[in-house]
Amino acid sequence: MKYVDEFRDGTLARGLAAAIRAEADPARRYAFMEFCGGHTHAISRYGVTDLLPPNVRMIHGPGCPVCVLPIGRIDLAIRLAFERGVTVLTYGDCLRVPASDGLSMLKAKARGADIRMVYSAADALALAQREPGREVVFFAIGFETTTPPTALVLQQARALGLANFSVLCNHVLTPSAIQTILESPEVRQFGTVPLDGFIGPAHVSTIIGSRPYEFFAEEYRKPVVIAGFEPLDVMQAIRMLIRQVNEGRAEVENEFTRAVNRDGNLKAQALVSEVFELRRSFEWRGLGQVPYSALRIRAPFAAWDAEVKFGLDYRSVPDHKACECGAILRGVKRPSDCRLFATVCTPENPMGSCMVSSEGACAAHYNYGRFRDHAPDNGRSTPPATIRLAS
Amino acid sequence: MCLAIPARVVAFAADDQAVVDLGGVRKQVSLALVDGVELGDYVIVHVGYALSRLDPEEAEATLALLREAGALLEPASGEAPA
Repeated sequence: MKYVDEFRDGTLARGLAAAIRAEADPARRYAFMEFCGGHTHAISRYGVTDLLPPNVRMIHGPGCPVCVLPIGRIDLAIRLAFERGVTVLTYGDCLRVPASDGLSMLKAKARGADIRMVYSAADALALAQREPGREVVFFAIGFETTTPPTALVLQQARALGLANFSVLCNHVLTPSAIQTILESPEVRQFGTVPLDGFIGPAHVSTIIGSRPYEFFAEEYRKPVVIAGFEPLDVMQAIRMLIRQVNEGRAEVENEFTRAVNRDGNLKAQALVSEVFELRRSFEWRGLGQVPYSALRIRAPFAAWDAEVKFGLDYRSVPDHKACECGAILRGVKRPSDCRLFATVCTPENPMGSCMVSSEGACAAHYNYGRFRDHAPDNGRSTPPATIRLAS
Repeated sequence: MCLAIPARVVAFAADDQAVVDLGGVRKQVSLALVDGVELGDYVIVHVGYALSRLDPEEAEATLALLREAGALLEPASGEAPA
């Protein structure tokens, strides 16, 4: 496919890998966090790790909205379906996220709850329009990428005066999560994840632009390179980060200029700010309560806010005791450090959220990187003999 | 979750809708979030909505940079330098 295949070219990957090895200073170590699950997926799926020199380490960040959704929020949706008899609609990757009592939305559906998958927020609105006798709740989730479509359907619902439609809003913001990672006491306490820079979000940045990341570069002296989700994009971003570190720079650079500019999509931003406002605090799986890190629906749209309409009461629920998702999302541990990983916790039967979405650190490692854990040299001490990326 | 795909706009429809082509598959998406899209433009599509236009010149410039990175090291034929 155009604008996809070119950025997966194996020959170019070999050249880039050589360029990275040439630029990385063997006398120092580099640790970069890719915030987005899309980057995590690309790095694992295309074997980018094998193309990097051993002193360049990629740390998987919390950037998958499915992975950071806490149990308590999914419980709200399940309770709505069981106790209030509403029809809950959501994106496919939310359905298998573990909830309380061994449930997930999918298991609740099997027990009779009316929970359905939709491809688009517009499909949820359309069902409510088609069936006015049915109470429809759209369980909205996602970073800044997925928020504008939710804002649009809320506007449309208000314009239509649609009384049987509402949104359970779980939209979260990337910049505040990055700030939490940089300031988190846990990470300081562990002291094992010194970060030299970030690969910045791809599609989130099509909406918010690259400007919000300038703060990190200036305040925390951390370079940020916005990158596309294809393997060559990620490799070029790593090369740009290495170059910034070598030169002692901490700037925001944009590798994904084909879709991202400094200001982002102003039309979408205006729409989002008309419909949503900041929540004072929101619980993230793995990061705990993060101040001003999520959005809620503004008062003029309260009639379409499921939390107001149904008087929902959020209860925080601790994760499974043995699950290490929290430490993995912070970059403190790797998937293989978790004793549930690939034993009781698999993509078919996820115990923690990082195993649910294909963009989660555990699912990506399970599907594409597990063999490396059992390699004699653990796969990281010598440069790769072969390049796994397909030509 | 935030994955999105570049798709070519092949027809416009009512209510800010358009038909896009994704490597041979056709699908209706909303253009409500992006202004000034023209027929034949590539847009980045996520959950049924176009999020931004894709700039072909910038895409080519990035590819040229990637080619250049490898070309600089061509004599080493992709092997790690000592």
